[in-house]
Amino acid sequence: MNIVVLIKQVPDTWSERRLGGSDHTLDRDSADAVLDEINERAVEEALKIKESGEGEVTVITMGPERATEAIRKALSMGADKAVHLSDPGLHGSCVVQTARALAAVIGTLGDVDLILAGNEATDGTVGAVPAMVAEVLGLPELTHARKLTVEGRTVTVERETDEAVTVLQADLPAVVSVHEKINDPRYPSFKGIMAAKKKPVTKLSLGELGLAPGEVGLAGATSTVIESTPRPPRAAGQVVTDDGDGAAKLAEYLIGQKLI
Amino acid sequence: MAEILVLVEHTDGEVKKVTGELLTAAARLGAPSAVVVGPPGTAGKLRDVLAAHGAAKVYVAESDEVDTYLTAPAVGVLASLVDSVRPAAVLIAASPDGKEIAGKLAVRTGSGLLSEVVDLAADGTATHSVFGGSYLAKSRATTPVAVITVRPGAIDAAPTPGAAAEESVQVPAMDRARTAKIVERRSIEGGDRPELTEASVVVSGGRGVGSAENFAVVEKLADALGAAVGASRAAVDSGYYPHQFQVGQTGKTVSPQLYVALGISGAIQHRAGMQTSRTIIAVNKDSEAPIFEIADFGVVGDLFTIAPKLTEEVTKRKG
Ligand SMILES: Cc1cc2nc3c(=O)[nH]c(=O)nc-3n(C[C@H](O)[C@H](O)[C@H](O)COP(=O)(O)OP(=O)(O)OC[C@H]3O[C@@H](n4cnc5c(N)ncnc54)[C@H](O)[C@@H]3O)c2cc1C
Ligand SMILES: Nc1ncnc2c1ncn2[C@@H]1O[C@H](COP(=O)(O)O)[C@@H](O)[C@H]1O
Repeated sequence: MNIVVLIKQVPDTWSERRLGGSDHTLDRDSADAVLDEINERAVEEALKIKESGEGEVTVITMGPERATEAIRKALSMGADKAVHLSDPGLHGSCVVQTARALAAVIGTLGDVDLILAGNEATDGTVGAVPAMVAEVLGLPELTHARKLTVEGRTVTVERETDEAVTVLQADLPAVVSVHEKINDPRYPSFKGIMAAKKKPVTKLSLGELGLAPGEVGLAGATSTVIESTPRPPRAAGQVVTDDGDGAAKLAEYLIGQKLI
Repeated sequence: MAEILVLVEHTDGEVKKVTGELLTAAARLGAPSAVVVGPPGTAGKLRDVLAAHGAAKVYVAESDEVDTYLTAPAVGVLASLVDSVRPAAVLIAASPDGKEIAGKLAVRTGSGLLSEVVDLAADGTATHSVFGGSYLAKSRATTPVAVITVRPGAIDAAPTPGAAAEESVQVPAMDRARTAKIVERRSIEGGDRPELTEASVVVSGGRGVGSAENFAVVEKLADALGAAVGASRAAVDSGYYPHQFQVGQTGKTVSPQLYVALGISGAIQHRAGMQTSRTIIAVNKDSEAPIFEIADFGVVGDLFTIAPKLTEEVTKRKG
């Protein structure tokens, strides 16, 4: 089984995240960068499938040079190899271009059976790239999986959203995005961290991928950010300590604000 | 005036609230056309509500196959309408399904995707709330058609009558090799409380609530206030409350008039889902809890003594 996992490096949600520059793209230097937690879960799921039979797990990322750290994390968890699409020409790509570029990278890998991804990235929260990649590749997508099983050439997913749990089925090859309830990702072991250093990471530029400038990047983007402003932070209000009258004071406040 | 397509969200023969919001937003850009995709007989039940919310046209795409597939029928219908109608924009709710329909439609039609918009101007400029509300960003599509997902609850619906002239359109045949099939569907009961993203009051419980049984304390206060119930990820992970009620970075984003946090520390990822609420109230026994940094009114104390008393006060006031 040839499994691909789409991983993304994102600003750590624990740090203060900023938009910057004249093009209002992510200020990548302002926050710590980490492998998005949902992608750790996608890697975990890939490893579980590999361990229950046989197969190879390739992680793919499109992102700046620095994203090698995220790749190392995935490799130290146990993924076998990586492809890193990195090129200055990618800067400012829109989400449609991102999906096309990721699909092109997948296309360089030969016969792929299963493509795993997170259901939504914590930075852009688009929640659509896996379905968009599937659209480009002409493959079925089974998204928001809280449970995934592969039997023979059939993939079955329990998809969880607010309204329903839906059981979806398709034939491989297929794209599956995972929900945060699917598993708890493993921590890389010392052995895994050491092994990761020797695992192959293929760097691809746009030229090597055969994508023309304009197919990706700010200039040919189908959407652009024209303005960004930080929202003023909330100020702390009044804090009282409960001496038996805490609830009464709270009620008073709510009445004062006409909230009850 | 250019047509603006609005994909209608509906369940059990009823139009969902967000659709009214989308029709209102669409009217700012052009002539709103509602697009109904469903099994035969769906549109008839929805038409009056769509007319009341200003739909000039209602495209009716009905087929028995629709319930067998998740998003593909809607993508197919919208793509063929984009081709024939040449709308200036397609508006879709930023729900999990809506986001995927929009993404696929943007790829198929080569259109710009503007995601999770919280406001929309007449010239097509979209406003986004970025990084849990820390930034407001504005964007535009550079393509003839913009595909836009709009966050539920962000734009107030302003009902205004429309002609709602019906026109039937075909649901394109599904390519089964490219489309996952629904083999089973279990609805999650919403219950009688308001929907989390629509509620004007939200009462949330965190790990401090301590158990699933204890969540009754949170629910009672919520019911007294006519509120929706929310939960922190720690509460969800501990099995106190179901995932669909999670508020935060990887849960729901809510922006109610009043948000009440009970036994929630206020981690940055929780704040990302609620810090744009109008008024924030917190009860926590730790005076150092970061939730107090953003609360308009905080009480340092035990939620198990304060919440029931507050419930009583609220109930008394209602008479
Ligand atoms: C990628 C990522 C995404 C995340 N997404 C989310 C998300 O969507 N939503 C989310 O909530 N979190 C999210 N988190 C987790 C977040 O970091 C915190 O772990 C979580 O919010 C903590 O929940 P909590 O405040 O209920 O628990 P805790 O931090 O354990 O706080 C419990 C609080 O209860 C108080 N308390 C205890 N007993 C009482 C009592 N009797 N009376 C009053 N107060 C009491 C304590 O003083 C404490 O402050 C995410 C984390 C990551 C890394
Ligand atoms: N630049 C990228 N490189 C690799 N994978 C990505 C990239 N962007 C998005 N993805 C994948 O798509 C998922 C959902 O992201 P999104 O649709 O952007 O919210 C992520 O969790 C990743 O698995």
